[in-house]
Amino acid sequence: MTQWIDACAKDDVAEEDVIRFDHAGRTFAIYRSPDDKFYATDGLCTHEKIHLADGLVMDNIIECPKHNGRFDYTTGVAKGAPVCVNLKTYPVKLEGARVFINIA
Amino acid sequence: MSDAGIVIIGGGMAAARACINLRANDYAGLITLVSEENLLPYDRPPLSKASIVDEAAHEPVLLLDDSIVASLKVDVRLGKIVTAINRSEKTISLNDGSKIAYTKLLIATGAKPRKLNCVGGEFAFTLRDYKDTVLLRQKFQPGKKIVVIGGGFIGLELASSASKLGCEVSLIEAQPRILMRGVPEPIARIVHNAHVAAGVTMIIGTGISHLTEDAVHLNDSRVIAADTIIAGIGASPETQLAADAGLTIENGIACNAQMQTSDPDIYAAGDCASFPHEHMGGKRIRLEAWRSAQEQAATAAANMLGGDKTHTNVPWFWSDQYDLSLQIAGSAELGPNTITRVPSEGALVLFHMTDDGAIKGVSGIGLGNSIGRDVKIAEMLIAKNAKPSPEILADAAQPLKALLKG
Repeated sequence: MTQWIDACAKDDVAEEDVIRFDHAGRTFAIYRSPDDKFYATDGLCTHEKIHLADGLVMDNIIECPKHNGRFDYTTGVAKGAPVCVNLKTYPVKLEGARVFINIA
Repeated sequence: MSDAGIVIIGGGMAAARACINLRANDYAGLITLVSEENLLPYDRPPLSKASIVDEAAHEPVLLLDDSIVASLKVDVRLGKIVTAINRSEKTISLNDGSKIAYTKLLIATGAKPRKLNCVGGEFAFTLRDYKDTVLLRQKFQPGKKIVVIGGGFIGLELASSASKLGCEVSLIEAQPRILMRGVPEPIARIVHNAHVAAGVTMIIGTGISHLTEDAVHLNDSRVIAADTIIAGIGASPETQLAADAGLTIENGIACNAQMQTSDPDIYAAGDCASFPHEHMGGKRIRLEAWRSAQEQAATAAANMLGGDKTHTNVPWFWSDQYDLSLQIAGSAELGPNTITRVPSEGALVLFHMTDDGAIKGVSGIGLGNSIGRDVKIAEMLIAKNAKPSPEILADAAQPLKALLKG
């Protein structure tokens, strides 16, 4: 099943940055990588449920603002202490100036 | 050559991370972990906070649960006290009469709360382990009078927790303000005001005369009634075993920057260890900090396996009280000139700069995680010995991230 949701405008996300997107009681993080690709993951760190959108994006890494847990946001893979549970990722597609994510 | 394996003494973050890092570095030999506690190594920061106030978080957060222990193949000996390190035969002795041989030994024994040495000091509870948390949770009933002695992080976090649970809380600090050690005054003031706003009675600049079972008697002869008295007056490193074994002690078990003690086969990590740090002007420091314990354990694990890793991670620390989160990285002391940034209302980030413009420390406070990103970027700048533009640091409209480039 696919459920494409219009999440934001491309311009809402700066290069090598992240924003928070809430939809239907869920929270997501939308990323724009340094090579201008878009990605989406669950919005909360798997360690202590902190909003990752407050964190720092460096290359393909998002670092949680609370305890510095790191994930590769392009794959969701946890990159070491204190996080050990991977982050769920979601497909992203671009239509014109908009960013859609498939949250099904 | 027979390999007796690696033995780790301790039940906290450093001990747990050492096990994980040894395996991550492809070490295939024996790992034995000996802890005095009956619980597998668990996370200690929640003990003063979530584990008290949040019913959903009452259970200890195990850093190594049974499945991790099994997958890492760690021989865990719980509830055992190490009575001696026998360096000449490279064994440790346990209180059950057994001995365990080691090729390399890691001491990660942590720090224990200081006791009040005034008359009646024994009436004050302290917080170190999960047992203490369970006890304090029972004491923090709505309406109970909780008196916390000490305006450091543990004392303030416990005051915050007791206040959240509806207790009538007083906090006593003998110094002229709270958080005198390592926290700049403007940030300590925000913390102080948050406690006042929550209804905590802050008694600052007054020492303790003595305690009775149900009251704290101050030097100015005031008497503060108490159902429960807690002392949060700092911690001292657990160095007894190391000292008895003849290892050098210097505000903790003295290590070099590779986390190796004065015996080349023995390492130390976490709250019990001191080591020289290049970002602190080469000064010997000892940190009571969660992330540093992980990083020190990683350094020690790599070096026990023959590596030559120097410990240079910028010290980083956090505290949560009420809705506020505080983060500190580097050293405020080394940067006498302060640049102030106000990223959002109620938030404050201070950069601590040398006379020639190098950033040495950062201290931030704000609601939720509002200052996490700025503190992280500052930490990266400290690690690079950068001299960032004071104009950008001070201007919240300009993202700090630009300072990392070039």
